Amino acid sequence: MAEVLVLVEHVDGNVKKVTYELLTLARRIGEPAAVFIGNGADAAIPGLAEHGAATVYVADAPELLAHPVAPKAEVLAKLVAEKSPAAVLVASTAEAKEVAARLAIRTGSGIITDAVDVAADATATQSVFGGATVVHSKVATGTPIITVRVNSTAPEAAPAAGARVDVAVELSAAAQAAKVVDRVEQAKGGRPDLAEAAIVVSGGRGVGGAEGFGVIEALADSLGAAVGASRAATDAGWYPHQFQVGQTGKTVAPQLYIANGISGAIQHRAGMQTSKTVVVVNKDAEAPIFELADFGVVGDLFAVVPQLTEEITKRKG
Amino acid sequence: MREVDSQTMKIVVCVKQVPDSWAEKTLGPDHTLDRESVDAVMNELDEYAVEEALRLQEAHGGEVVVVSMGPSQTTDTIRKALSMGADAGVHVLDDGLHGSDAVATSLALAKAIEAQGADLVIFGSESTDARMSVVPAMVAERLGLPQLTFSSSVAVDGGTVKTNRVTEYGYDVVEAPLPALVSVVEKINEPRYPSFKGIMAAKKKPVTTLDLAGLGLAADEVGLAAAWSVVADAAARPPKAKGTIVTDDGNGGAAIAEFLSAQKFI
Ligand SMILES: Cc1cc2nc3c(=O)[nH]c(=O)nc-3n(C[C@H](O)[C@H](O)[C@H](O)COP(=O)(O)OP(=O)(O)OC[C@H]3O[C@@H](n4cnc5c(N)ncnc54)[C@H](O)[C@@H]3O)c2cc1C
Ligand SMILES: Nc1ncnc2c1ncn2[C@@H]1O[C@H](COP(=O)(O)O)[C@@H](O)[C@H]1O
Repeated sequence: MAEVLVLVEHVDGNVKKVTYELLTLARRIGEPAAVFIGNGADAAIPGLAEHGAATVYVADAPELLAHPVAPKAEVLAKLVAEKSPAAVLVASTAEAKEVAARLAIRTGSGIITDAVDVAADATATQSVFGGATVVHSKVATGTPIITVRVNSTAPEAAPAAGARVDVAVELSAAAQAAKVVDRVEQAKGGRPDLAEAAIVVSGGRGVGGAEGFGVIEALADSLGAAVGASRAATDAGWYPHQFQVGQTGKTVAPQLYIANGISGAIQHRAGMQTSKTVVVVNKDAEAPIFELADFGVVGDLFAVVPQLTEEITKRKG
Repeated sequence: MREVDSQTMKIVVCVKQVPDSWAEKTLGPDHTLDRESVDAVMNELDEYAVEEALRLQEAHGGEVVVVSMGPSQTTDTIRKALSMGADAGVHVLDDGLHGSDAVATSLALAKAIEAQGADLVIFGSESTDARMSVVPAMVAERLGLPQLTFSSSVAVDGGTVKTNRVTEYGYDVVEAPLPALVSVVEKINEPRYPSFKGIMAAKKKPVTTLDLAGLGLAADEVGLAAAWSVVADAAARPPKAKGTIVTDDGNGGAAIAEFLSAQKFI
């Protein structure tokens, strides 16, 4: 059976859940092989094996991390050339999409981005125009390279060998031309990553100001959720821009999205429309966001949200 | 490394014309975006790219050329960039380009950029219609240019460009010799509005049209027929079943908690 390469998303060997989702999808197409680039492979391998990786290709030379994007594409390109995989799956993160983009050019392959499902024949399902249209596409040339959205499927365990195979790559001069001279980490607080969170609690203009986000954060924390914001809120400087959900912000597809004081403009919906369950709090019964609601309350968020938080805290005991 | 003389620094900015994001977008019978039936505007994220180029030009001198690939009405978007202050435009225009996917688009743009001999190429980070965020990386790969994408700041000093690359954990400081390719994120700057003077001046600025022959490309290298990924079918998502909407009577929060509990979220 042909291999399916899965690029591992991780922080120093701490594997992100989306990788297990990709391995789960990869099993439909062929034999999953994880591609681990960077430090911490030993810590990562057990989890990768547990989720179906028969092989774990490891590339941990320091120069791979000294330049953005291109080295990862060259590692994958080498494996594509040697192993002729049935497909390459990567997560739809900003960086992995760029890795996939360069890989497509290097290997003469077609690319499909932001798939929400992948079938056994590598046909990808995409949800385009903010979720209004569902498209099925296939790569017609080369090796199918597919980027898959976070939370597209539930990760399933399927223990496999997880045999480590080390890979060495001679980087091209072009890949080494841009150098990472410094890495700056910005404190994120204890909340889950917005793009990966199972639950997102968002606030919009209705929150009224930076202080108002206190009630949004309290609700989020009671649910272990990430906080999101509409552009009206980020533009006003009430909440940092990296938390913006929508067409020009993050696309999220959590199990549960709670929109508070957000009207539901088409550009906001573009970033959250494929959420599985949507709850809305808005004082205007005519707000278009109610069209997406599985459950909605017409009311003042400053009354409804604190009561909800209290109720959740009580129930969780 | 190329030492850039301030008189000669050449910046190419790639801008795309996209359907107005307020418009309902639909796919035509050939599964390509129906670009005829909707109002078109400059991709909002590319306004930041144009603005960044103009600021670098103000600081270092040189020339700013905008490159855009798209159907004939794309001239409006090129004119907009010229009225903001860019010096010249290149319109990549050929019926054979219709239906080009990202791979083919990157090929045509790479050819057009190569012909310009740019020191710095600036992209937006995403087009609001395709939403792929892949074209800049593809062009960098094709042209062998250092890739400094998702930049929240860009500085040029002599023959070097330095950017902050937005990452999931914060940002990376990335440095490369010119010539190089940059993409910029939303909010890197505040794009200027074209002034009346700018709009008048733009009418006299040169816009060159490049067709496939001018790019040195054959018809089978681009367009719908050459697409490396194909759409099998497309359908409107079935409308969502209507949810339960209640009016807050003092127990709205508790009602949501009840719903979340029934759905096993709590
Ligand atoms: C090219 C482009 C890209 C864009 N990209 C994005 C994007 O990525 N993300 C995004 O979000 N937007 C984006 N926008 C902006 C978008 O069009 C809307 O302007 C924005 O989403 C509105 O944010 P909002 O819903 O918070 O504010 P509003 O539309 O002002 O809605 C506020 C809502 O809060 C309700 N409200 C007020 N007070 C209360 C209260 N006390 N209790 C309960 N409800 C209350 C009101 O009834 C109203 O419905 C984009 C726009 C353009 C043109
Ligand atoms: N047809 C085009 N003409 C010029 N630039 C383009 C075109 N398509 C994409 N771009 C550039 O590539 C960036 C990313 O686009 P995309 O990969 O489609 O999301 C845009 O912000 C533009 O700068």
